[in-house]
This record gives sequence, structure tokens and C-alpha cells, in this order.
Amino acid sequence: MAVRKTERLLNLLIMLLVQRHYVPKDRIRSILYADSSDEAFEKMFERDKEELRSLGVPIEVGHMDSYFDDEPGYRIRPDRFALPDIDLSADEAAVVGLATKVWQHARLADATTEAVRKLVALGVDVDVSALDIVQPRLSADEPSFDAFWEATQDRTPVTFTYLRTGQDVASRRHLQPWGVVRYSGRWYVVGFDVDRHDERVFRLSRVQGPAQRDGEPGSYDVPPGTDVRAVARRLAPAPSTETAVLLVRAGAGLPLRRDADTIQPDVVGPDDRTIWDRVELTRAALGLADEVLGYGPDVYVESPSHLRAGVVSRLHDALAVGS
Amino acid sequence: MSRGEPTTAGAQGARDQVSRLLTLVPFLHARGQVRLDDAAVALGVSPAQLVKDLKVLLMCGLPGGYPNDLIDVDLDALEGPEADGVIRVSNADYLARPLRLTATEATAVIVALRALRGGARDDTREVVDRALAKLEAAAADGADGADGADPSRAAATRVEPGEGAADADIALLATRLVQASRDRRQVRLTYYVPSRDEDSLRDVDPRGVVASRGVQYLDAWCHLAEAPRLFRLDRIGTAEVLDVPIVTEAEGPRDLAEGLFARTTDATVVTLLLDPPAHWMVEYYPVEEVTATDDGRLRVQLVVADPRWLTRLLLRLAPHARVVAPQRYADDFTASAQRTLGLYS
Repeated sequence: MAVRKTERLLNLLIMLLVQRHYVPKDRIRSILYADSSDEAFEKMFERDKEELRSLGVPIEVGHMDSYFDDEPGYRIRPDRFALPDIDLSADEAAVVGLATKVWQHARLADATTEAVRKLVALGVDVDVSALDIVQPRLSADEPSFDAFWEATQDRTPVTFTYLRTGQDVASRRHLQPWGVVRYSGRWYVVGFDVDRHDERVFRLSRVQGPAQRDGEPGSYDVPPGTDVRAVARRLAPAPSTETAVLLVRAGAGLPLRRDADTIQPDVVGPDDRTIWDRVELTRAALGLADEVLGYGPDVYVESPSHLRAGVVSRLHDALAVGS
Repeated sequence: MSRGEPTTAGAQGARDQVSRLLTLVPFLHARGQVRLDDAAVALGVSPAQLVKDLKVLLMCGLPGGYPNDLIDVDLDALEGPEADGVIRVSNADYLARPLRLTATEATAVIVALRALRGGARDDTREVVDRALAKLEAAAADGADGADGADPSRAAATRVEPGEGAADADIALLATRLVQASRDRRQVRLTYYVPSRDEDSLRDVDPRGVVASRGVQYLDAWCHLAEAPRLFRLDRIGTAEVLDVPIVTEAEGPRDLAEGLFARTTDATVVTLLLDPPAHWMVEYYPVEEVTATDDGRLRVQLVVADPRWLTRLLLRLAPHARVVAPQRYADDFTASAQRTLGLYS
């Protein structure tokens, strides 16, 4: 049965693809569904069209002749069916191959692989064999991620239970999602909060239970020019970074210099053994003391004062343990 | 993989099979004759499934019903005594192009590329941007369906992976180095040596990229050291593939199971005592032996090739790691900590 159905679906697709005009329904029936009763034909034909459409096949409906109220006809326009040419250079093909390794989310990893297979079918050479060594990862572990992703894709309102930071009672929220955004390592959904009549951002890991569709696809518009990342940056709590001012011995601390906002050469340093440079950089607060300590007597902290105090007290403690 | 083999004669099986065929036919069309095994690998299906799919294709074609209207597949080349394992399909020119990307496929691949872009170096970014521009254009072109919408592109703008979600630099560097070792060409590296805190310039014969404990290394013959060396990929600044062939032969891929420094002769085993905040280093560095003490600390044996490297590590971990033996390493650390503290007095 499955094989015969595959034949029927593919033959239907080919028939609609090669005709320049709409193919009348009765012609489709006489060629592909000749053995079926009226009722069986209607059901099978509806289902077959939907299955092809679910693969992304653009089946259009129209009338053969605008003067007569005849049966509708169907067609697939080759220019809307086929993937246009994509000419990728070797390095571009390499990053596209890499893209297949990024998603740590089964469905989206599959969708990416499928997209890349289509490019391969187009004649692009994407070699993914060398890429198993290093796997950059984009995870989406939040259980509600799929629901928000889909709602965002087809503009469907959602409702969900949300627990705000610092509150112990969850509340029911109604949202028109504009987009999902990853910001400082966490996924957020950005949208129009129907109850609050304002834009809001919600952290997906704080959504309790499933998010449910709450309306028809396409039932609202995303305001033109909305930059979901900018909205998230404006409304979500900022990641903790800080600016540090360090004195670094000339020729030392190369990784710090690479990331520096500014470098002021030849400044007055804590000793005269070498020349010192003032290096200013912005970093995640976490781990900066470790990094500075690793350079030992080649890096000196000017500010912030808590970083300076932390470095000094850790050195005191280390020497106390050692003695 | 979503292209699981249909085991039941269900609707899903037919839909998936159509999907596979719509990729298979253009794949063959773009490449001419392809070996069955190669096509199976490229398309992510088993050779047996591929033959089943091809047999279905035989029954499909133009709606005329004449033998000439059907797609032709040379089954004798795939089965039986005359088989040469090469797929030959003809009379299917109308399926020469793959189906355009669905909205989900376009969004998934575009967001994955944006994730690679965020936090990448300028030269990597530039490559990703070029690839993104081409894919976004392809997703938008022809996607303005009957309702005038532009689903793929608009949908993709609604998912933002943010900065630094996935690191493309090292992965791209790895692919270039692997390619250079396949092409047997030398590579000129700028390599950061943390123990000396300086960049060094060296030409190497690349032998491959290996991973150990979550860290990737280039295995290479170093012309500067005149010895085999492992270079951490995250410490390679630039890597220029030279138009110079390699001059040493690889001794086969290095087996990291025996430890990273198996070939280093002048290494010392140092015993450390680690408080809980320093336990993470066990996962990151080549420790030989780990035992838990009664008071919740770890006693580890670490292979140290360069004492300056150890001092820097201990400073990073201060005050949660100390040297039990040999004493001279403990003295090195104390001296360095005192000098550092001296800067603040």
C-alpha cells in the first residue's frame, strides 16, 4: 500500500508540475484515481494534496476559465517548486556543513540536515565528514521551546503559566509571540502581552507546564521593523559583565591584549623592572580573577576594587596555606 | 534522522519516501552517475532502502500512460549478475531540481548559521555572512507564495540565537587543518605559549586533529622544535596553509588514550592537593591518578612538562591547590605568589 501511495503522490506531483495550466479535477481523477468511488476519491485527493503541501510542495488552486463556474483546477509552478541555484564557495560550504552540527535539538537538527541535503542535491559539495571533531552546540532544552518556536513561525497566540523571578505564585499569561531569542545563554520569548497591553519578554525555563495554542495561525501581525533581539536586550536582565583596568608588563598578557577595549602603552607601573601598559577590557565578571591570577607578577589590577581585593586575598590565603 | 526507513505501510512511509525521492533524483541529475553506496551515505539512507525507492520511481512519470512517459531506472546495474553498483536514472528532467526549503528547514539552517556567526572572529564572520546572504536569498526567492507572504525569511528573523551561542572559529580551523593534512601541505602557525605568555611562529607538518578530554589538538611535526607536538586549537592565533609539501611522514594517528604527553621524555609527575573549588581541573588537564581524601579534597598526580605552566595553573587556582611533592615546584609557586603580592604592597 505504501508503495502504491508513494507512486500516486509522486505521479500527482509530476502531473501538476509539468502542465502549464491548471489541471481540472476530473482529469486528475480519471488518470490517478480511476478505480475509486466518488466519496473515496474526494477523501484520498484531499489527503494527498495535504501530504504534498506538508512537504512544502506549493499546490495552487484556480479556475481553468474565468468565464465559467467550472470545477477548480490545480497546478504546481516550477519556479515556486524548485530551490533556486545557490553557488557556495568551498569555505561557505564548510560553514553550511558545520551548521548541521549546531542544533542540540532533534527536530531542528533534522530540519537543518534536510536543508543541507537539498543543497547537496543542487550540486553543492558539502563535506561533513571532517566536522565530527569539533561540535559547536546550540541547545534548546526548555520543554516549551517547540511550542513557542512553532507559534512564532506561523503567528499563533499562545497561553501558558509563568512564574516570575522572586514570586511563588504562577499566573496565566496570554501572548502574541513575535520571536524567540537566546540572550546570555538562555532562551526568551518576546511578544505582545494581551493582558498587560504591552510588549513583554518571558524566560522559557520559567514557563510552567505546556504552552498552548490560543487562536488561529496568522491572527496577528508582528509590528513592522521589530528587532526581537533588541527587545530582549531592553527587557531582559543584563548579563553580568564588568570593565577592568589592568597594568600589564610589556610583551606579556597577550590574550588580555587581544580582547582589550583600549591599550595605553608605557605607563607608570608597580615596579621598574620592565615597561608597563594599561589595558582596559570588558569581561564576564565570573572567572576574571582566575584569569588575572594566572599571569602572576606580569599583571596588576587597578580597578575595580573588588577584583583587586579578591586577587590580593587569594594570594594571601595561598601563601598562608603553603607556610 | 527523520529519514527513518518506513517499516510499516503507513501514510508517513509514503510521505517520507516521496521526500527522499524528491532529493534523490536531483542529486543524481547534478552528479551524473553515482555509486549506490556513495548516494546512500550522502542522503542518509541505507543502500537497500535506496534500491526500494528507485523501484518506486520506475512506476512514476508523465501522465500519458505510455512506456516512454515513465522514469527509467537501470535496475540491472544495481541487482543481479551484471550489477556494477552505479545508479542510472533517465527521463526525469522535470525533477532535476530539489524542492525549495520549507519554512522550518530555512529557519533551522539560518539560525544555526547565525549562532555560528555570533562571537566568531572577523574572518570567520565574513565567511558565515556570505553563506547566510546566499541562503537567505534562496529562502526568500520563490517563497512569496500565492498569498504574497514571504514565510521563510520572515520566520527566520523571529528566531535569534544571540552572541556566542556556538563557536565556529575552532571548528572551521579544524576543517582547514584536516584538509591541509590530507593535501600534505605545511601550515604556518602563530601559537600562543601560555607558560611563556608569548606568541610563537612555527611551520608544521599537520597530521590530523585529535581530541582529548574535550580539548582539540593539532597533531603535527614541528619544524621549530624538530619533534612531534600537539597544539591546542584554541591557542592557535592564525594558521596559513603554505604551498610547501610536508617533509616528514606521520607515524600514524596519535593514540591519546595513553595520555597526551606519552612521547614527552622530560616530564615530571607532580602531586597536588585540590580543595573542592579546584576539582574542575581534573577534567581539563592530563592527570594520571586521582584519589579522594577523607576531608573532601582530591590528591592528583599531574604530568608536568614545563614548570612555568604549573606555576600559572596554581596561581589560577589559588588558594585551592598546593603542591605536595616535589618541593621545588612548591617553592616556585610560593616565590611567584610573593612577587605578585609584592606588586600591591
